[in-house]
Amino acid sequence: MSAVLAVDGLVKHFPILRGVLRRPVAWVRAVDGVSFAIEPGETLCLVGESGCGKSTVARLVLRLDEPTGGTIRLDGTDVTALDERAFAPFRKRVQMVFQDPYASLNPRLKVGQIVGEPLENYEGLSGKALEERVAGLLAKVGLRPEGVGRYPFEFSGGQRQRIGLARALALNPKLIVADEPVSALDVSVQAQVLNLMMDLQEEFGLAYLFVSHDLAVVEHIGHRIAVMYLGEIVEIGPKQVVLDEPKHPYTRALVAAAPIPDPRAKRDTLVLEGDVPSPLNPPSGCRFHTRCPFVMERCRQETPMLREVTPGRRAACHLLDA
Amino acid sequence: MDATAPILEVQDLRTHFFTQDGVTRAVDGVSFALEPGETLGIVGESGCGKSVTALSILRLLPPKLSRIVGGKVIFEGTDLVPLDEPAMREIRGNRIAMIFQEPMTSLNPVLTIGEQIAEAVRIHQGASQKDALARAVEMLKLVRIPDAERRVGDYPHQFSGGMRQRVMIAMALSCNPKLLLADEPTTALDVTVQKQILRLMLELKERIGSAVILITHDLGVIAETAKRVVVMYAGRVVEQAEVTALFDAPLHPYTRGLMASIPRLKHNRARRLAEIPGIVPDLRTPIPGCAFAPRCPLATDRCREAAPPLEDQGSGHFAACWEAGRA
Repeated sequence: MSAVLAVDGLVKHFPILRGVLRRPVAWVRAVDGVSFAIEPGETLCLVGESGCGKSTVARLVLRLDEPTGGTIRLDGTDVTALDERAFAPFRKRVQMVFQDPYASLNPRLKVGQIVGEPLENYEGLSGKALEERVAGLLAKVGLRPEGVGRYPFEFSGGQRQRIGLARALALNPKLIVADEPVSALDVSVQAQVLNLMMDLQEEFGLAYLFVSHDLAVVEHIGHRIAVMYLGEIVEIGPKQVVLDEPKHPYTRALVAAAPIPDPRAKRDTLVLEGDVPSPLNPPSGCRFHTRCPFVMERCRQETPMLREVTPGRRAACHLLDA
Repeated sequence: MDATAPILEVQDLRTHFFTQDGVTRAVDGVSFALEPGETLGIVGESGCGKSVTALSILRLLPPKLSRIVGGKVIFEGTDLVPLDEPAMREIRGNRIAMIFQEPMTSLNPVLTIGEQIAEAVRIHQGASQKDALARAVEMLKLVRIPDAERRVGDYPHQFSGGMRQRVMIAMALSCNPKLLLADEPTTALDVTVQKQILRLMLELKERIGSAVILITHDLGVIAETAKRVVVMYAGRVVEQAEVTALFDAPLHPYTRGLMASIPRLKHNRARRLAEIPGIVPDLRTPIPGCAFAPRCPLATDRCREAAPPLEDQGSGHFAACWEAGRA
C-alpha cells in the first residue's frame, strides 16, 4: 500500500530581503531536511515549540508555499514541481483545517456557500444537488441543516471548526492537514472537535497530518508522532514509544514540561534553560546542543543523523551511540 | 490584624458590562478569600469571568463600559471598591501587582526595560532615578536575565517572549507586593518556557512572601501550582476546594465534565474524550437557576428555577449544586 503522503528531504528557506534591490541578506531556515510518510487512515502528528517549522511543513504539503528543496509525493506521484493547473486534481485529495476559526471562514459568505464552494469549483454542482450535498456535510459534522443560511459570526468557535471540517470534507479528500485545529478552543469544546475528527477518520478512512504544540492532544488523536526542533525532525515513531520512552533529550523535556492535571502525579524534574534559538542562525552540530542538559563536545560540531533506535522509531542524538 | 486574617476577601462581587446589546453579567456574585502567602488558582473557560474578577480587584476595567455594581473587595482590612483613583494608584503596582498574559503588549515598546521597572520603584517607594535603576538591575538578576547590567538598557523588542515575561515578573515584584495577580501568565509561552516561568514565579513569591492568585484555563497548570482552587462558570463560583481534594473528587458536574474532557498524557485508556454537550450561556440574559443546568446531566426543575448557593459539602470543599450529593 502506498503512502498518501511522502515527503523526502523537504527544505524551506525564507529570504530576509533588505535594501532597494530587495536582495536577500540572510535566510531563515524554517524547514531543513524533513522526511516522513503517512499511510491511508493514519494520523501523523507534528509537534514542537513555536518556530520549529511545523506549520511551514503543513503549508508546503498543501503547496501554499514553494519548497526550496526536497520532494512531496501524493499517492506516489511527485507533485513538487507541478504548476497550479497541473496540481488542481491533487488539490481535491489534500484539504486543510486551520487554527483560527474566526479568521479562516469568509465572514461575508453564508455557511452554505462556504461549504458548497469547493463542490461548485471542482465538481460543477449546483442547485438541488449542491444543496443536498451541503446538507449532508453539515449533518456529518453535527451541525443543524438551518445553519446553511447563517453567517460565520452566528456560530461559536467550536461550531466554526465544524464548518471548517465540513468544507475540508466536501471533496472526499484522502488527507486533511490540520494546523492546531483545537488550540483556540476551550477544553470542553476541544473534546467535541477531537472526537468528531476521530469519528470522521474512521468513517472515511482519512489520513491526518495534525500539527500541534499540545502533547496530550497529540497522544489522544495521533498514531505516530514527529518531534521537530529548529526545522528538523529529532524523533519520530509510534506515539506510545515516543511519549513513554523518549530517546531524544528534547522529546523528554517536552514531555516533562507538559503540565499534568493531577496534583499527586510524579513529575520529571528536567527543565530546559533558555529559549529556542533563532532559525536564522541555527546552532552548529546538533541544533539542540545549546539547551541540552546532556551536551557533549561532539554535539557542538557533528550533526547527529536520524536513525532507527527501536523498531519503527527513529531519533537523532549522539547519546544513542553509547 | 492577626496573622491568620485573610489578606484578601472578595464578597459577592458583581461586575457588569453595559453594552448596546444589553447588560452582561460578567461577574455575578463571586466570593472567595486568600490567606497571606497562599497560592489560589482560579480556573474556568473563556468568558467565565476569571479575568474580570482580577481586573475588578485592581479596578482596571473600562469605566464607561463597566461597573462594579455590588460586593466588596477587602484587601488588608480595607474595601477597595469605594476608593478613589489616587488611592487605588497607591495600591496598584505597589501592594497589589499584576502580570498579564501578553508579554508583547503589556510592556511599553518605546521605553527601556530598566525605565519601566524603575518607574514603579520611583513612584511607590520615592527612590531616586539612580537607586531605582539599581533596583531594576537587581530585579533582572533575580529573574535570572543574563547580563542584567547591559540588558537593563534594552527595549522590549530585543527580548524573547519568555524573557519578556521574566521582565514582567521583575516589574511586578519590584515593590514587594503583598498580593500578585497573574492572569494566564504562561499561556502565550511554549511549554518548556512555561515550566521555567511558573517555577520562577513561585520561588520568588516564597522569597517575597506575596500571596498569588493564578488565573488560568489550564487544569494542568493549576494542579502544579495552586494550593486551593476556585472553579468559575458563567460569572459564578461553582466549586472551591484544596487542590488535591478537587482533583481527587470533584463535586460539581461542571468540574467533573471539565476534568473528563481534558486529554491527559499517559493516561488515555479510552480513545474517545468525554464531552460537555452544548455551549456556555449568553450572559446578557439573566439566569434564574444554576447557569450550568442546560448542559448538566443531573439537572432537575429545581436547578432551572433557583440558583444553588456555594455550600460546604464537608471539610472545606465547597460546591454550588443542588445535586452535589448525587452522582
